[in-house]
Amino acid sequence: MGEPGPSVGPPFGLLAELTHRCPLRCAYCSNPLQLVPASNELDTDQWRSVLDQARRLGVLQVHLSGGEPMARRDLPALVEHAHSLGCYVNLVTSGLSLTDGAAAELVAAGLDHVQLSIQDADTRGADAIAGARAHERKLAAAAVVRRLGLPLTVNVVLHRGNLDHVEAIVDLAERMGADRLELANTQFYGWALRNRAALLPTAAQLRAADVVVRDAVERLAGRMEISYVYSDYHERRPKPCMHGWGSRQLTVAPNGDVLPCPAASVIEGLDLENVRTRPLAEIWYESASFNAFRGTDWMREPCRSCAFREVDLGGCRCQAFLLTGDAANTDPVCQLSPHRAVVDRVLAEDVLLVPPPSVPRRMPVSRNGDAL
Amino acid sequence: MTVPDSHPEKRAFPLPDTAVPRLRRGVRLSFDPTRDSYVLLYPEGVLLPNETAAAVLGRCDGGADVATIVASLARDFDGVDAAQVSDLLRRLERRRLVEIVERPDGTVRDDG
Ligand SMILES: C[S@@+](CC[C@H](N)C(=O)[O-])C[C@H]1O[C@@H](n2cnc3c(N)ncnc32)[C@H](O)[C@@H]1O
Ligand code: SF4
Ligand code: SF4
Repeated sequence: MGEPGPSVGPPFGLLAELTHRCPLRCAYCSNPLQLVPASNELDTDQWRSVLDQARRLGVLQVHLSGGEPMARRDLPALVEHAHSLGCYVNLVTSGLSLTDGAAAELVAAGLDHVQLSIQDADTRGADAIAGARAHERKLAAAAVVRRLGLPLTVNVVLHRGNLDHVEAIVDLAERMGADRLELANTQFYGWALRNRAALLPTAAQLRAADVVVRDAVERLAGRMEISYVYSDYHERRPKPCMHGWGSRQLTVAPNGDVLPCPAASVIEGLDLENVRTRPLAEIWYESASFNAFRGTDWMREPCRSCAFREVDLGGCRCQAFLLTGDAANTDPVCQLSPHRAVVDRVLAEDVLLVPPPSVPRRMPVSRNGDAL
Repeated sequence: MTVPDSHPEKRAFPLPDTAVPRLRRGVRLSFDPTRDSYVLLYPEGVLLPNETAAAVLGRCDGGADVATIVASLARDFDGVDAAQVSDLLRRLERRRLVEIVERPDGTVRDDG
Protein backbone atom coordinates (compact mmCIF):
# COMPACT_ATOMS: atom_id res chain seq x y z
CA MET A 1 0.00 0.00 0.00
CA GLY A 2 1.05 3.58 -0.61
CA GLU A 3 2.48 2.72 -4.01
CA PRO A 4 0.46 3.88 -7.01
CA GLY A 5 -0.73 0.97 -9.14
CA PRO A 6 0.75 0.85 -12.61
CA SER A 7 -2.55 1.60 -14.34
CA VAL A 8 -3.83 4.55 -12.30
CA GLY A 9 -5.15 7.23 -14.64
CA PRO A 10 -6.34 10.74 -13.88
CA PRO A 11 -9.82 11.27 -12.38
CA PHE A 12 -12.72 12.61 -14.46
CA GLY A 13 -15.01 13.83 -11.74
CA LEU A 14 -14.88 15.78 -8.49
CA LEU A 15 -17.72 15.63 -6.00
CA ALA A 16 -17.24 18.83 -4.01
CA GLU A 17 -19.30 18.64 -0.83
CA LEU A 18 -19.15 22.34 -0.10
CA THR A 19 -20.99 22.19 3.20
CA HIS A 20 -23.00 19.85 5.38
CA ARG A 21 -25.41 22.62 6.35
CA CYS A 22 -28.87 22.02 4.95
CA PRO A 23 -32.36 23.43 5.49
CA LEU A 24 -33.80 19.92 5.12
CA ARG A 25 -33.58 16.99 7.49
CA CYS A 26 -34.12 14.01 5.20
CA ALA A 27 -34.22 10.77 7.16
CA TYR A 28 -32.67 8.99 4.16
CA CYS A 29 -29.70 11.34 3.86
CA SER A 30 -26.50 9.49 2.97
CA ASN A 31 -24.33 12.11 4.64
CA PRO A 32 -22.31 10.84 7.59
CA LEU A 33 -23.72 10.98 11.13
CA GLN A 34 -20.69 13.10 12.04
CA LEU A 35 -21.58 16.18 10.02
CA VAL A 36 -18.89 18.82 9.59
CA PRO A 37 -19.82 22.04 11.42
CA ALA A 38 -19.76 25.33 9.49
CA SER A 39 -16.74 26.52 11.47
CA ASN A 40 -14.67 23.71 9.99
CA GLU A 41 -15.52 24.25 6.31
CA LEU A 42 -12.90 25.13 3.71
CA ASP A 43 -13.05 28.83 2.80
CA THR A 44 -13.52 30.25 -0.68
CA ASP A 45 -9.83 30.41 -1.53
CA GLN A 46 -9.26 26.88 -0.32
CA TRP A 47 -12.10 25.65 -2.55
CA ARG A 48 -10.66 27.61 -5.47
CA SER A 49 -7.36 25.88 -4.89
CA VAL A 50 -9.11 22.48 -4.76
CA LEU A 51 -10.72 23.25 -8.12
CA ASP A 52 -7.40 24.41 -9.62
CA GLN A 53 -5.64 21.29 -8.44
CA ALA A 54 -8.48 19.04 -9.57
CA ARG A 55 -8.46 20.50 -13.08
CA ARG A 56 -4.68 20.13 -13.31
CA LEU A 57 -5.07 16.55 -12.19
CA GLY A 58 -7.55 15.86 -15.02
CA VAL A 59 -10.99 16.53 -13.53
CA LEU A 60 -13.48 17.69 -16.16
CA GLN A 61 -16.71 17.39 -14.28
CA VAL A 62 -17.45 19.17 -11.02
CA HIS A 63 -20.49 18.23 -8.97
CA LEU A 64 -21.22 20.89 -6.38
CA SER A 65 -23.12 19.16 -3.62
CA GLY A 66 -23.35 18.81 0.16
CA GLY A 67 -25.38 19.21 2.37
CA GLU A 68 -26.99 22.04 0.53
CA PRO A 69 -24.44 23.78 -1.73
CA MET A 70 -26.67 26.84 -1.97
CA ALA A 71 -26.09 27.43 1.72
CA ARG A 72 -22.63 28.68 0.67
CA ARG A 73 -22.65 32.41 -0.14
CA ASP A 74 -19.66 31.91 -2.43
CA LEU A 75 -21.42 29.38 -4.64
CA PRO A 76 -21.58 31.69 -7.70
CA ALA A 77 -17.87 32.45 -7.31
CA LEU A 78 -17.04 28.74 -7.15
CA VAL A 79 -19.24 27.96 -10.16
CA GLU A 80 -17.49 30.70 -12.05
CA HIS A 81 -14.08 29.42 -11.06
CA ALA A 82 -14.81 25.82 -12.09
CA HIS A 83 -16.31 27.05 -15.35
CA SER A 84 -13.32 29.27 -16.13
CA LEU A 85 -11.10 26.19 -15.76
CA GLY A 86 -13.11 24.46 -18.49
CA CYS A 87 -15.03 22.11 -16.22
CA TYR A 88 -18.61 20.99 -16.69
CA VAL A 89 -20.42 22.29 -13.63
CA ASN A 90 -23.32 20.39 -12.10
CA LEU A 91 -25.29 21.71 -9.13
CA VAL A 92 -26.80 19.01 -6.89
CA THR A 93 -29.43 20.75 -4.85
CA SER A 94 -32.59 20.45 -2.82
CA GLY A 95 -33.67 23.59 -4.69
CA LEU A 96 -35.12 25.55 -1.78
CA SER A 97 -33.21 28.73 -2.57
CA LEU A 98 -33.20 28.33 -6.33
CA THR A 99 -35.14 31.49 -7.14
CA ASP A 100 -35.05 33.26 -10.50
CA GLY A 101 -32.42 35.67 -9.27
CA ALA A 102 -30.14 33.09 -7.68
CA ALA A 103 -30.41 30.75 -10.65
CA ALA A 104 -29.74 33.50 -13.19
CA GLU A 105 -26.58 34.42 -11.30
CA LEU A 106 -25.40 30.81 -11.38
CA VAL A 107 -26.15 30.48 -15.09
CA ALA A 108 -24.22 33.69 -15.78
CA ALA A 109 -21.34 32.18 -13.81
CA GLY A 110 -21.31 29.17 -16.13
CA LEU A 111 -23.51 26.52 -14.52
CA ASP A 112 -24.17 23.65 -16.98
CA HIS A 113 -26.71 21.41 -15.31
CA VAL A 114 -28.99 21.12 -12.29
CA GLN A 115 -29.83 17.97 -10.39
CA LEU A 116 -32.82 18.68 -8.22
CA SER A 117 -34.07 16.23 -5.61
CA ILE A 118 -37.71 15.77 -4.66
CA GLN A 119 -38.99 13.48 -1.92
CA ASP A 120 -42.37 12.24 -3.06
CA ALA A 121 -45.24 12.89 -5.45
CA ASP A 122 -47.40 14.84 -3.02
CA THR A 123 -46.61 17.74 -0.74
CA ARG A 124 -47.55 16.08 2.53
CA GLY A 125 -45.49 12.91 2.05
CA ALA A 126 -42.55 14.84 0.68
CA ASP A 127 -42.46 17.41 3.46
CA ALA A 128 -42.80 14.72 6.11
CA ILE A 129 -39.63 12.88 5.09
CA ALA A 130 -37.76 16.15 4.41
CA GLY A 131 -38.68 17.53 7.83
CA ALA A 132 -39.49 20.91 6.28
CA ARG A 133 -41.98 22.63 3.98
CA ALA A 134 -39.99 22.12 0.86
CA HIS A 135 -42.01 20.43 -1.86
CA GLU A 136 -43.79 23.43 -3.35
CA ARG A 137 -40.55 25.41 -3.43
CA LYS A 138 -38.89 22.55 -5.32
CA LEU A 139 -41.59 22.62 -7.96
CA ALA A 140 -41.01 26.36 -8.31
CA ALA A 141 -37.26 25.71 -8.59
CA ALA A 142 -37.84 23.26 -11.44
CA ALA A 143 -39.82 25.92 -13.29
CA VAL A 144 -36.95 28.36 -12.79
CA VAL A 145 -34.46 25.89 -14.25
CA ARG A 146 -36.76 25.33 -17.21
CA ARG A 147 -37.17 29.04 -17.85
CA LEU A 148 -33.42 29.47 -17.94
CA GLY A 149 -33.09 26.61 -20.41
CA LEU A 150 -30.71 24.52 -18.32
CA PRO A 151 -30.89 20.74 -18.53
CA LEU A 152 -32.64 19.28 -15.49
CA THR A 153 -32.25 15.95 -13.76
CA VAL A 154 -34.77 15.14 -11.06
CA ASN A 155 -33.52 12.77 -8.37
CA VAL A 156 -35.82 10.86 -6.04
CA VAL A 157 -34.62 8.61 -3.26
CA LEU A 158 -37.02 5.68 -2.92
CA HIS A 159 -37.91 3.93 0.33
CA ARG A 160 -40.75 2.19 2.09
CA GLY A 161 -42.77 5.37 2.40
CA ASN A 162 -42.79 6.45 -1.25
CA LEU A 163 -42.09 3.34 -3.34
CA ASP A 164 -45.79 2.78 -3.87
CA HIS A 165 -46.01 6.24 -5.46
CA VAL A 166 -43.48 5.65 -8.22
CA GLU A 167 -46.04 6.11 -10.95
CA ALA A 168 -47.15 9.47 -9.60
CA ILE A 169 -43.51 10.44 -9.07
CA VAL A 170 -42.73 9.73 -12.73
CA ASP A 171 -45.74 11.83 -13.78
CA LEU A 172 -44.62 14.66 -11.57
CA ALA A 173 -41.08 14.58 -12.97
CA GLU A 174 -42.56 14.79 -16.44
CA ARG A 175 -44.66 17.79 -15.48
CA MET A 176 -41.59 19.40 -13.94
CA GLY A 177 -39.94 19.15 -17.35
CA ALA A 178 -37.08 16.85 -16.36
CA ASP A 179 -34.72 15.68 -19.09
CA ARG A 180 -33.69 12.83 -16.83
CA LEU A 181 -35.19 11.15 -13.82
CA GLU A 182 -33.07 9.23 -11.35
CA LEU A 183 -35.06 6.86 -9.21
CA ALA A 184 -32.60 5.66 -6.61
CA ASN A 185 -33.53 3.18 -3.94
CA THR A 186 -32.05 4.30 -0.64
CA GLN A 187 -28.41 3.32 -0.24
CA PHE A 188 -27.78 2.58 3.40
CA TYR A 189 -25.05 4.92 4.56
CA GLY A 190 -25.02 7.68 7.14
CA TRP A 191 -28.48 8.75 8.28
CA ALA A 192 -30.10 6.26 5.95
CA LEU A 193 -28.37 3.39 7.73
CA ARG A 194 -29.40 4.89 11.06
CA ASN A 195 -33.01 4.89 9.79
CA ARG A 196 -32.85 1.63 7.88
CA ALA A 197 -35.70 -0.02 9.75
CA ALA A 198 -38.02 2.81 8.73
CA LEU A 199 -36.80 3.03 5.15
CA LEU A 200 -36.20 -0.51 3.97
CA PRO A 201 -38.80 -1.43 1.34
CA THR A 202 -40.57 -4.77 1.14
CA ALA A 203 -39.86 -7.22 -1.67
CA ALA A 204 -43.47 -6.86 -2.83
CA GLN A 205 -43.10 -3.08 -3.09
CA LEU A 206 -39.95 -3.49 -5.17
CA ARG A 207 -41.58 -5.99 -7.52
CA ALA A 208 -44.50 -3.66 -8.14
CA ALA A 209 -42.22 -0.66 -8.67
CA ASP A 210 -40.15 -2.64 -11.13
CA VAL A 211 -43.15 -3.12 -13.41
CA VAL A 212 -44.09 0.55 -13.21
CA VAL A 213 -40.53 1.68 -13.96
CA ARG A 214 -40.11 -0.64 -16.95
CA ASP A 215 -43.35 0.63 -18.33
CA ALA A 216 -42.38 4.26 -17.86
CA VAL A 217 -38.97 3.73 -19.47
CA GLU A 218 -40.69 2.34 -22.55
CA ARG A 219 -43.41 4.96 -22.69
CA LEU A 220 -41.12 7.94 -22.20
CA ALA A 221 -38.27 6.79 -24.46
CA GLY A 222 -36.83 9.77 -26.29
CA ARG A 223 -38.58 12.26 -23.99
CA MET A 224 -37.38 11.66 -20.45
CA GLU A 225 -34.55 9.31 -19.68
CA ILE A 226 -35.08 7.23 -16.56
CA SER A 227 -32.34 5.57 -14.58
CA TYR A 228 -33.24 3.21 -11.79
CA VAL A 229 -30.96 2.23 -8.95
CA TYR A 230 -31.88 -1.10 -7.36
CA SER A 231 -32.23 -1.84 -3.70
CA ASP A 232 -29.01 -3.82 -3.37
CA TYR A 233 -30.04 -5.64 -0.17
CA HIS A 234 -32.72 -7.39 -2.25
CA GLU A 235 -30.34 -8.42 -5.03
CA ARG A 236 -28.08 -11.45 -5.34
CA ARG A 237 -25.01 -9.56 -6.41
CA PRO A 238 -23.62 -6.26 -5.14
CA LYS A 239 -23.52 -2.99 -7.00
CA PRO A 240 -20.07 -2.23 -8.36
CA CYS A 241 -17.86 0.06 -6.29
CA MET A 242 -18.49 3.27 -8.29
CA HIS A 243 -16.30 2.79 -11.38
CA GLY A 244 -13.66 1.37 -9.12
CA TRP A 245 -12.01 2.71 -5.99
CA GLY A 246 -9.74 5.64 -6.88
CA SER A 247 -10.44 5.12 -10.54
CA ARG A 248 -12.60 7.90 -11.97
CA GLN A 249 -13.84 10.17 -9.22
CA LEU A 250 -12.85 11.73 -5.93
CA THR A 251 -14.82 13.48 -3.23
CA VAL A 252 -13.72 16.43 -1.13
CA ALA A 253 -15.69 16.76 2.12
CA PRO A 254 -16.62 20.17 3.60
CA ASN A 255 -13.56 20.09 5.89
CA GLY A 256 -11.14 19.24 3.06
CA ASP A 257 -10.89 15.50 3.67
CA VAL A 258 -10.34 13.72 0.37
CA LEU A 259 -12.38 10.57 -0.06
CA PRO A 260 -12.18 7.81 -2.66
CA CYS A 261 -15.94 7.31 -2.17
CA PRO A 262 -18.47 9.76 -0.68
CA ALA A 263 -19.22 7.29 2.14
CA ALA A 264 -15.60 6.38 2.88
CA SER A 265 -15.24 8.51 6.01
CA VAL A 266 -16.91 5.69 7.96
CA ILE A 267 -14.14 3.18 7.30
CA GLU A 268 -12.04 2.98 10.44
CA GLY A 269 -8.34 2.69 9.84
CA LEU A 270 -8.52 4.32 6.42
CA ASP A 271 -6.01 7.14 6.78
CA LEU A 272 -7.80 10.03 5.12
CA GLU A 273 -5.72 12.88 3.75
CA ASN A 274 -6.74 16.50 3.73
CA VAL A 275 -6.26 19.19 1.08
CA ARG A 276 -5.02 21.53 3.80
CA THR A 277 -1.95 19.38 4.33
CA ARG A 278 -1.20 17.56 1.07
CA PRO A 279 -1.48 18.36 -2.67
CA LEU A 280 -4.46 16.74 -4.35
CA ALA A 281 -2.37 14.99 -7.03
CA GLU A 282 -0.24 13.33 -4.39
CA ILE A 283 -3.34 12.19 -2.54
CA TRP A 284 -4.85 10.76 -5.74
CA TYR A 285 -1.77 8.89 -6.88
CA GLU A 286 0.20 8.11 -3.75
CA SER A 287 -1.95 8.06 -0.64
CA ALA A 288 -2.61 4.86 1.28
CA SER A 289 -6.35 5.56 1.29
CA PHE A 290 -6.63 5.86 -2.50
CA ASN A 291 -4.45 2.82 -3.10
CA ALA A 292 -6.10 0.66 -0.45
CA PHE A 293 -8.70 -0.91 -2.77
CA ARG A 294 -7.53 -0.05 -6.26
CA GLY A 295 -7.70 -2.86 -8.79
CA THR A 296 -8.30 -6.41 -7.53
CA ASP A 297 -5.09 -7.32 -5.66
CA TRP A 298 -6.57 -6.47 -2.26
CA MET A 299 -9.35 -9.02 -2.69
CA ARG A 300 -9.91 -12.10 -0.57
CA GLU A 301 -12.02 -15.13 -1.29
CA PRO A 302 -14.66 -15.53 -2.57
CA CYS A 303 -14.00 -12.46 -4.76
CA ARG A 304 -10.37 -13.27 -5.55
CA SER A 305 -11.19 -16.29 -7.68
CA CYS A 306 -14.65 -15.16 -8.83
CA ALA A 307 -15.56 -14.60 -12.47
CA PHE A 308 -17.34 -11.35 -11.58
CA ARG A 309 -14.42 -9.69 -9.80
CA GLU A 310 -13.75 -7.23 -12.65
CA VAL A 311 -17.49 -6.58 -13.06
CA ASP A 312 -18.57 -5.56 -9.56
CA LEU A 313 -15.10 -5.23 -7.97
CA GLY A 314 -16.36 -7.11 -4.94
CA GLY A 315 -19.09 -4.54 -4.30
CA CYS A 316 -18.97 -1.60 -1.94
CA ARG A 317 -16.04 -1.27 0.51
CA CYS A 318 -17.99 1.04 2.79
CA GLN A 319 -20.90 -1.37 3.00
CA ALA A 320 -18.49 -4.26 3.66
CA PHE A 321 -17.08 -2.26 6.56
CA LEU A 322 -20.44 -1.13 7.90
CA LEU A 323 -21.99 -4.59 7.88
CA THR A 324 -19.02 -6.91 8.52
CA GLY A 325 -16.52 -4.66 10.29
CA ASP A 326 -13.82 -5.17 7.64
CA ALA A 327 -13.69 -3.12 4.44
CA ALA A 328 -11.64 -5.78 2.62
CA ASN A 329 -14.42 -8.36 2.91
CA THR A 330 -16.78 -9.19 0.07
CA ASP A 331 -19.80 -6.87 0.12
CA PRO A 332 -22.25 -8.93 2.24
CA VAL A 333 -25.03 -8.25 -0.24
CA CYS A 334 -23.38 -10.88 -2.46
CA GLN A 335 -24.95 -14.32 -2.20
CA LEU A 336 -21.43 -15.78 -2.20
CA SER A 337 -20.35 -13.73 0.79
CA PRO A 338 -19.96 -15.73 4.02
CA HIS A 339 -21.67 -12.74 5.68
CA ARG A 340 -24.82 -12.70 3.54
CA ALA A 341 -26.81 -13.83 6.59
CA VAL A 342 -26.32 -10.33 8.02
CA VAL A 343 -28.33 -8.88 5.16
CA ASP A 344 -30.93 -11.64 5.18
CA ARG A 345 -31.50 -11.11 8.87
CA VAL A 346 -32.12 -7.41 8.26
CA LEU A 347 -34.57 -8.21 5.48
CA ALA A 348 -36.45 -10.72 7.60
CA GLU A 349 -36.61 -8.61 10.76
CA ASP A 350 -37.16 -5.10 9.55
CA VAL A 351 -39.71 -5.79 6.92
CA LEU A 352 -42.19 -7.64 9.12
CA LEU A 353 -42.56 -4.75 11.50
CA VAL A 354 -44.59 -1.66 11.16
CA PRO A 355 -41.71 0.70 10.39
CA PRO A 356 -40.60 2.77 13.39
CA PRO A 357 -40.40 6.56 13.08
CA SER A 358 -37.21 7.85 11.56
CA VAL A 359 -34.69 10.22 13.10
CA PRO A 360 -34.31 13.48 11.19
CA ARG A 361 -30.79 14.36 10.03
CA ARG A 362 -29.31 17.07 12.23
CA MET A 363 -26.14 19.07 12.66
CA PRO A 364 -24.01 18.84 15.76
CA VAL A 365 -25.13 21.32 18.39
CA SER A 366 -22.71 23.63 20.14
CA ARG A 367 -22.52 23.86 23.92
CA ASN A 368 -24.81 26.86 24.14
CA GLY A 369 -27.45 25.03 22.17
CA ASP A 370 -27.16 26.72 18.76
CA ALA A 371 -26.55 24.73 15.65
CA LEU A 372 -22.96 25.42 14.63
CA MET B 1 -28.95 -0.12 -13.46
CA THR B 2 -29.40 2.38 -16.23
CA VAL B 3 -32.16 1.35 -18.54
CA PRO B 4 -31.50 2.01 -22.22
CA ASP B 5 -33.74 4.86 -23.19
CA SER B 6 -34.60 4.41 -26.82
CA HIS B 7 -35.69 1.77 -29.22
CA PRO B 8 -32.79 0.94 -31.50
CA GLU B 9 -35.07 -0.40 -34.22
CA LYS B 10 -36.86 2.92 -34.48
CA ARG B 11 -33.63 4.79 -35.07
CA ALA B 12 -31.69 2.34 -37.21
CA PHE B 13 -32.39 3.85 -40.65
CA PRO B 14 -29.74 6.24 -42.00
CA LEU B 15 -30.11 9.95 -41.50
CA PRO B 16 -31.35 11.86 -44.52
CA ASP B 17 -28.92 14.41 -46.01
CA THR B 18 -31.19 17.23 -44.93
CA ALA B 19 -31.29 16.28 -41.25
CA VAL B 20 -29.66 18.90 -39.01
CA PRO B 21 -27.87 17.46 -35.96
CA ARG B 22 -26.86 19.46 -32.92
CA LEU B 23 -25.48 18.71 -29.49
CA ARG B 24 -28.28 18.25 -27.02
CA ARG B 25 -28.90 20.80 -24.33
CA GLY B 26 -26.30 20.27 -21.63
CA VAL B 27 -23.74 18.61 -23.91
CA ARG B 28 -20.48 20.39 -24.62
CA LEU B 29 -17.45 19.56 -26.78
CA SER B 30 -14.13 20.89 -25.58
CA PHE B 31 -10.42 20.15 -25.64
CA ASP B 32 -8.58 18.83 -22.60
CA PRO B 33 -4.90 19.75 -22.57
CA THR B 34 -4.28 17.33 -19.67
CA ARG B 35 -5.30 14.37 -21.80
CA ASP B 36 -4.38 15.98 -25.13
CA SER B 37 -7.78 14.92 -26.41
CA TYR B 38 -11.17 16.26 -27.32
CA VAL B 39 -13.74 15.59 -24.64
CA LEU B 40 -17.50 15.49 -24.78
CA LEU B 41 -18.97 16.68 -21.50
CA TYR B 42 -22.55 15.88 -20.52
CA PRO B 43 -24.57 15.63 -17.31
CA GLU B 44 -23.70 12.03 -16.43
CA GLY B 45 -20.15 11.81 -17.63
CA VAL B 46 -17.31 12.42 -20.00
CA LEU B 47 -16.59 10.79 -23.34
CA LEU B 48 -13.27 10.89 -25.17
CA PRO B 49 -14.22 10.96 -28.86
CA ASN B 50 -11.60 9.86 -31.38
CA GLU B 51 -10.39 12.37 -33.96
CA THR B 52 -13.08 11.51 -36.51
CA ALA B 53 -15.91 11.67 -34.01
CA ALA B 54 -14.58 14.97 -32.65
CA ALA B 55 -14.46 16.37 -36.19
CA VAL B 56 -18.09 15.38 -36.76
CA LEU B 57 -19.22 16.69 -33.36
CA GLY B 58 -17.42 19.97 -33.94
CA ARG B 59 -19.53 20.48 -37.04
CA CYS B 60 -22.87 19.79 -35.37
CA ASP B 61 -23.76 23.43 -34.88
CA GLY B 62 -27.51 23.13 -35.30
CA GLY B 63 -27.26 24.91 -38.68
CA ALA B 64 -25.39 22.53 -40.96
CA ASP B 65 -27.27 19.54 -42.37
CA VAL B 66 -25.70 16.11 -42.83
CA ALA B 67 -24.76 16.79 -46.47
CA THR B 68 -22.95 19.98 -45.49
CA ILE B 69 -21.15 18.24 -42.63
CA VAL B 70 -19.98 15.42 -44.90
CA ALA B 71 -18.77 17.91 -47.52
CA SER B 72 -16.90 19.90 -44.90
CA LEU B 73 -15.27 16.75 -43.52
CA ALA B 74 -14.24 15.70 -47.04
CA ARG B 75 -12.31 18.96 -47.41
CA ASP B 76 -10.23 18.19 -44.30
CA PHE B 77 -9.95 14.40 -44.33
CA ASP B 78 -9.39 11.63 -46.87
CA GLY B 79 -11.84 8.80 -47.37
CA VAL B 80 -14.89 10.32 -45.64
CA ASP B 81 -17.79 7.91 -45.87
CA ALA B 82 -21.26 9.46 -45.64
CA ALA B 83 -22.76 6.20 -44.33
CA GLN B 84 -20.25 6.11 -41.48
CA VAL B 85 -20.97 9.70 -40.56
CA SER B 86 -24.68 8.96 -40.51
CA ASP B 87 -24.08 5.86 -38.43
CA LEU B 88 -21.98 7.75 -35.91
CA LEU B 89 -24.65 10.46 -35.57
CA ARG B 90 -27.30 7.81 -35.05
CA ARG B 91 -25.27 6.27 -32.24
CA LEU B 92 -24.74 9.66 -30.63
CA GLU B 93 -28.44 10.35 -30.96
CA ARG B 94 -29.23 7.06 -29.24
CA ARG B 95 -26.93 8.00 -26.40
CA ARG B 96 -28.81 11.29 -26.13
CA LEU B 97 -25.72 13.35 -26.89
CA VAL B 98 -26.89 14.61 -30.27
CA GLU B 99 -30.40 15.50 -31.39
CA ILE B 100 -31.82 16.05 -34.84
CA VAL B 101 -33.34 19.50 -35.08
CA GLU B 102 -34.91 19.54 -38.49
CA ARG B 103 -36.72 16.58 -39.86
CA PRO B 104 -36.39 15.79 -43.58
CA ASP B 105 -39.99 16.79 -44.24
CA GLY B 106 -39.10 20.26 -43.09
CA THR B 107 -40.84 20.12 -39.70
CA VAL B 108 -38.92 21.57 -36.83
CA ARG B 109 -38.83 19.51 -33.72
CA ASP B 110 -40.57 21.01 -30.77
CA ASP B 111 -38.26 20.51 -27.85
CA GLY B 112 -39.95 22.82 -25.42
C1 LIG C 1 -26.63 14.09 -0.14
S1 LIG C 1 -27.53 14.97 -1.38
C2 LIG C 1 -26.84 16.62 -1.32
C3 LIG C 1 -27.51 17.60 -2.28
C4 LIG C 1 -28.86 18.17 -1.89
N1 LIG C 1 -28.96 18.47 -0.50
C5 LIG C 1 -29.99 17.23 -2.29
O1 LIG C 1 -30.48 16.51 -1.43
O2 LIG C 1 -30.35 17.23 -3.45
C6 LIG C 1 -26.90 14.36 -2.93
C7 LIG C 1 -27.85 13.45 -3.71
O3 LIG C 1 -27.90 12.20 -3.08
C8 LIG C 1 -29.24 11.76 -2.97
N2 LIG C 1 -29.28 10.91 -1.78
C9 LIG C 1 -29.29 11.31 -0.49
N3 LIG C 1 -29.31 10.26 0.35
C10 LIG C 1 -29.30 9.15 -0.42
C11 LIG C 1 -29.31 7.74 -0.13
N4 LIG C 1 -29.31 7.28 1.12
N5 LIG C 1 -29.28 6.88 -1.17
C12 LIG C 1 -29.26 7.34 -2.45
N6 LIG C 1 -29.25 8.64 -2.78
C13 LIG C 1 -29.26 9.55 -1.78
C14 LIG C 1 -30.04 13.04 -2.90
O4 LIG C 1 -31.37 12.87 -3.32
C15 LIG C 1 -29.27 13.94 -3.83
O5 LIG C 1 -29.68 13.78 -5.16
S1 SF4 D 1 -30.44 14.54 1.19
FE1 SF4 D 1 -31.81 15.96 2.29
S2 SF4 D 1 -30.85 16.30 4.32
FE2 SF4 D 1 -29.30 15.32 2.97
S3 SF4 D 1 -28.18 17.02 2.15
FE3 SF4 D 1 -29.80 16.59 0.64
S4 SF4 D 1 -31.57 17.85 1.22
FE4 SF4 D 1 -30.11 17.87 2.94
S1 SF4 E 1 -17.85 -13.05 -4.85
FE1 SF4 E 1 -17.07 -10.96 -5.02
S2 SF4 E 1 -16.60 -10.70 -7.20
FE2 SF4 E 1 -17.92 -12.52 -7.02
S3 SF4 E 1 -20.00 -11.77 -7.36
FE3 SF4 E 1 -19.63 -11.74 -5.13
S4 SF4 E 1 -18.86 -9.67 -4.71
FE4 SF4 E 1 -18.70 -9.98 -6.93
